[in-house]
Amino acid sequence: MQHEVMFAGFGGQGILMIGKILAHAAMEAGREVAWIPSYGPEMRGGTAYCQVVVSDRPIGSPIIKSPRHLVAMNRPSLEKFANAVKPGGVILINSSLCPDRSGRTDVDELAAPVTDLAKELGSVRAANIVALGAFVARSGIVDFELIREAVKEEFAQKAKLIPLEMKALDAGRAEAGKKQRT
Amino acid sequence: MGKKVLMKGNEAIGEAAIRAGCLNYFAYPITPQSEVAEYLAKRMPEVGGVFVQGESEVAVGYMLFGASAAGARVFTTSSSPGVSLMSEAISYIAGAQCPCVFVNIIRGGPGLGGILPSQGDYFQSVKGGGHGDYRMLVMAPASVQEAVEMMMVAFPLAEKYRGPIMILGDGLIGQMMEPVEFPDDLATDPSDKDDWATNGMENRKSGSRNLVKSLYLDPEQLNDHNLLLKSKYDQMKKEEIRYEAYNTDGDYVSLIVSYGTMSRVCKTAIDNLKEEGVEVGMIRPQTLFPFPDAAIRDAAVKPGCKTVVSIEMSMGQMVEDVERCVQGRRPVGWYGKCGGDVPTPEEIMQVIKEGI
Repeated sequence: MQHEVMFAGFGGQGILMIGKILAHAAMEAGREVAWIPSYGPEMRGGTAYCQVVVSDRPIGSPIIKSPRHLVAMNRPSLEKFANAVKPGGVILINSSLCPDRSGRTDVDELAAPVTDLAKELGSVRAANIVALGAFVARSGIVDFELIREAVKEEFAQKAKLIPLEMKALDAGRAEAGKKQRT
Repeated sequence: MGKKVLMKGNEAIGEAAIRAGCLNYFAYPITPQSEVAEYLAKRMPEVGGVFVQGESEVAVGYMLFGASAAGARVFTTSSSPGVSLMSEAISYIAGAQCPCVFVNIIRGGPGLGGILPSQGDYFQSVKGGGHGDYRMLVMAPASVQEAVEMMMVAFPLAEKYRGPIMILGDGLIGQMMEPVEFPDDLATDPSDKDDWATNGMENRKSGSRNLVKSLYLDPEQLNDHNLLLKSKYDQMKKEEIRYEAYNTDGDYVSLIVSYGTMSRVCKTAIDNLKEEGVEVGMIRPQTLFPFPDAAIRDAAVKPGCKTVVSIEMSMGQMVEDVERCVQGRRPVGWYGKCGGDVPTPEEIMQVIKEGI
């Protein structure tokens, strides 16, 4: 089984970081992983994105035109990638910044106000981790505890942020559980 | 081997050089390889090594030449336009027989081109970007792990053959993160340079004077020098060919030749075609010079194999070597794309089906 996840948003929203955390957690679970950033001119002001491939066998092509899942942290990201997602995947929409929906009926769409939830926790900068918690809980792509450990490791140099990031993960998970699957 | 860590190709290449005992790194930033310099700017001082950012790639090439001539293990990284600027120095380094490791994380060209992955520098690396009769051992990794392993063998090989060696990656190999395990640090010291390096008389056992140069005005001397270099390239062809054969044990109707990132996409295409009942084999050169001539020829002429196709992120460069290997015994085709739009497995499946 192979999962491909497209994380997309504005530069500065921590898109590349949450992709890396997922890749790290999946690696710890013994899976094959590849993380590919966007490094083109779109990083300056436009849409920043990264792809994470998680697989049970060696990864062939690391470049995926149709990912299984999408985490869209803003409106342009949803517009750009919603139609590429494979049927049956998860589309997570940051509904704080994006009023639109994917219009897809063949995916599991989850609209979660991750930016607002992060603000309630005390830092808008934790929105990416809220989204990660919601996405992992919804997709079941890796064990939630491994994500927790990978977040702690990512923030090892900024240890005072770890309690906040743990709360952010839990807020995301709670949000994912609240909404009905479509 | 230690614990698996998740690392960008560029950072892993930097770390691998240190593990290989190379503590001298000179470079100039250019996308998509700048993270090597960023990583080593931090890491080299921690291990007592040296990183100097040159004023240009031209300067960097000659900084390598100088350090190597003085007996130091040294390497640089760049991307296509930077490697063009270094090519003059590479020719001098080949002529003067100095071990140096060059890493080219290729971006699209010609000129400034783009910053996305490409394999457009095949000719430059394999056929000689600089002037004169020289060849360079060229290795092409297809994963971050393989880039690390190739870095580890590059330094001993550069010293064995006393010349420039190139690791030819593409933007994706540099930018992608994958789990990587580092081999144990190279236990060997740099090889004995007593008989050629200009490393000072104080510790020289031979007591004789060493001279590093590429100038030979006497035609007979220069011819002899060229014959000596040729003997090294001939030895590489005997001893250093590396390749991977994929799905070639059984019968197949078509053979793909592909390397680096492109070969991974081909593997996915081959796996998908297998599910549809179409068997396709692949030879993936890991060394582009020396080229796996015999492996490609033997795989191409296997009964049942009707066509051979070279798939590359260029407008058809390696295909000329594939044609040379196949010697007209099977039709040889080419498929590729430039600009960073890496062909998809579906496109490759289509190409194969149309070809057979």
